[in-house]
Amino acid sequence: MIGRARFAFTVLAFGYAFLYLPIALVITYSFNESRLVTVWAGLSTKWWIALFHNEAMLDAAWLSVRIGLASATLSTVLGLAAGYALARVPRFVGRTLFASLVVAPMVMPEVVMGISMLLLFVGSDQLLGGPARGFLTITIGHVTFSLAFVAIVVQARLADFDRTLEEAAMDLGATPWTTFLTVTLPLLTPALVSGWLLAFTLSLDDLILTQFVAGAQSQTLPMRVYSSVRLGVDPQINVLATIVVAIAASALIASAVLTRRSVDKRAAQ
Amino acid sequence: MRLVIALPFAWLVVFFLLPLVLVLGLSFGTNSPDLAPPVELGLNLASFRLLFTDDLYLAAWLSSLRIAAVSTFGALLLGYPMAYAIARARPQLRPLLLTLVILPFWTSFLIRVYAWMGLLAENGILNQFLRWSGLVRNPGTILGTEWAVHLGIVYAYLPFMVLPLYSSLEKLDWSLLEAASDLGAKPLPAFLTVTLPLSLPGIVAGCLMVFIPAIGEFVIPDLLGGTRTLMIGKVLWDEFFTNSDWPLASAVAICLLILLVGPIVIFQRHQQRSLERT
Repeated sequence: MIGRARFAFTVLAFGYAFLYLPIALVITYSFNESRLVTVWAGLSTKWWIALFHNEAMLDAAWLSVRIGLASATLSTVLGLAAGYALARVPRFVGRTLFASLVVAPMVMPEVVMGISMLLLFVGSDQLLGGPARGFLTITIGHVTFSLAFVAIVVQARLADFDRTLEEAAMDLGATPWTTFLTVTLPLLTPALVSGWLLAFTLSLDDLILTQFVAGAQSQTLPMRVYSSVRLGVDPQINVLATIVVAIAASALIASAVLTRRSVDKRAAQ
Repeated sequence: MRLVIALPFAWLVVFFLLPLVLVLGLSFGTNSPDLAPPVELGLNLASFRLLFTDDLYLAAWLSSLRIAAVSTFGALLLGYPMAYAIARARPQLRPLLLTLVILPFWTSFLIRVYAWMGLLAENGILNQFLRWSGLVRNPGTILGTEWAVHLGIVYAYLPFMVLPLYSSLEKLDWSLLEAASDLGAKPLPAFLTVTLPLSLPGIVAGCLMVFIPAIGEFVIPDLLGGTRTLMIGKVLWDEFFTNSDWPLASAVAICLLILLVGPIVIFQRHQQRSLERT
């Protein structure tokens, strides 16, 4: 049994090295003096300064953040409705179709979703004269696939949910709407927050669907990164990667601390 | 209450189902570069015929299947021992170990693929290391080959493999393993006859969660595979953006969907069954 501990340690060390070494190298080379990413020529922050003066990149980042905020919010609203319907309404016309439509975007190849949504927008452009491709069409695209993730989180939360609380509120004379707002919604908040964050991250990261529906005028951050990376390795992209990793890591640490605190509070009570 | 159902239902019908119907309709159209959009609708089977007779497209289908299968197997080989080690770690350590597996998933997919470009290039960090250490004097270039695509897929989708494996291994009743060894089974036969069959649901779920997205993958073969690596997602992209052949790109999309229906149905049945069991 001595062998087992050593085996576990080796496996995990190798696995985490595989997961983190490439990222660590990208971060290291963001401080490299040389333009060549394969040659180390001393410490420098010049690529950091260059990135913060790169207007095209900053504009793209700003567009991505705006689309992320809009699409995450809209998909949280629609995902809440979809998850609630799936968890609480056992029978309605087209329920089977609805259930598969909700989860299908999660497993649909993105190239297929991309081409199909573009055809829809081209068609509506011909018939209705709009919407113009850009912010609106990208947001609609992102909502369509991230809605599923919110719906699943909400549905799972509602499935292991103490329904007696809602029944008690109704017995005490609350209308269904009041019960939903004062009992159900507060209990769903953690699920909605994590669903929103997931939708925001997915939107910020999406390249393929966005590339199809963006039109000629708009360029999001991943589109910008992709067109620069296609031409080869670029130190400014390393800087951007470092920033993304820093944000993701601090968000994760913050959520771990918050969870720990709420667990401690519950234990104290 | 009706609105709660109708709103997301209508959204998905208009923005998900209707577009798929349009793709199906367009796949029977004819490519007409002079029109805008460049399609003449009709009932033309030429695009499908081309997909199944032209050697280039056949090769793309086969290599997509092969790359997805090999990469899935690679992810299983790396992911299974990891999930096993995490499931048998001290309970206080498990959340941290799992979080470390998921964390890269929250950073950008594109950037994680990009990270391998600098590693695998001709004068990349990996080759520099191999030359410096004297392990290999003349390492070839991995970037631009199928190997780079395998590495990229395993790297990008490893969390999807580890999570379902972990959740089935974590539920495993380890006293069964002790019983097997008490009855004289050596560790390897005990693993093969007890642990492996009991973790089969996790293996199936993990493999499908890697295989399904890997088949239609575009970014990884495009950035790491070079021009020689054919994958069907890349073919669709090129037919659409480079050749502006909308009917052919639509036909590729329809075939890709038909190919994936099987794995997706198995996956959903499987999820349903494991939901009912808990």
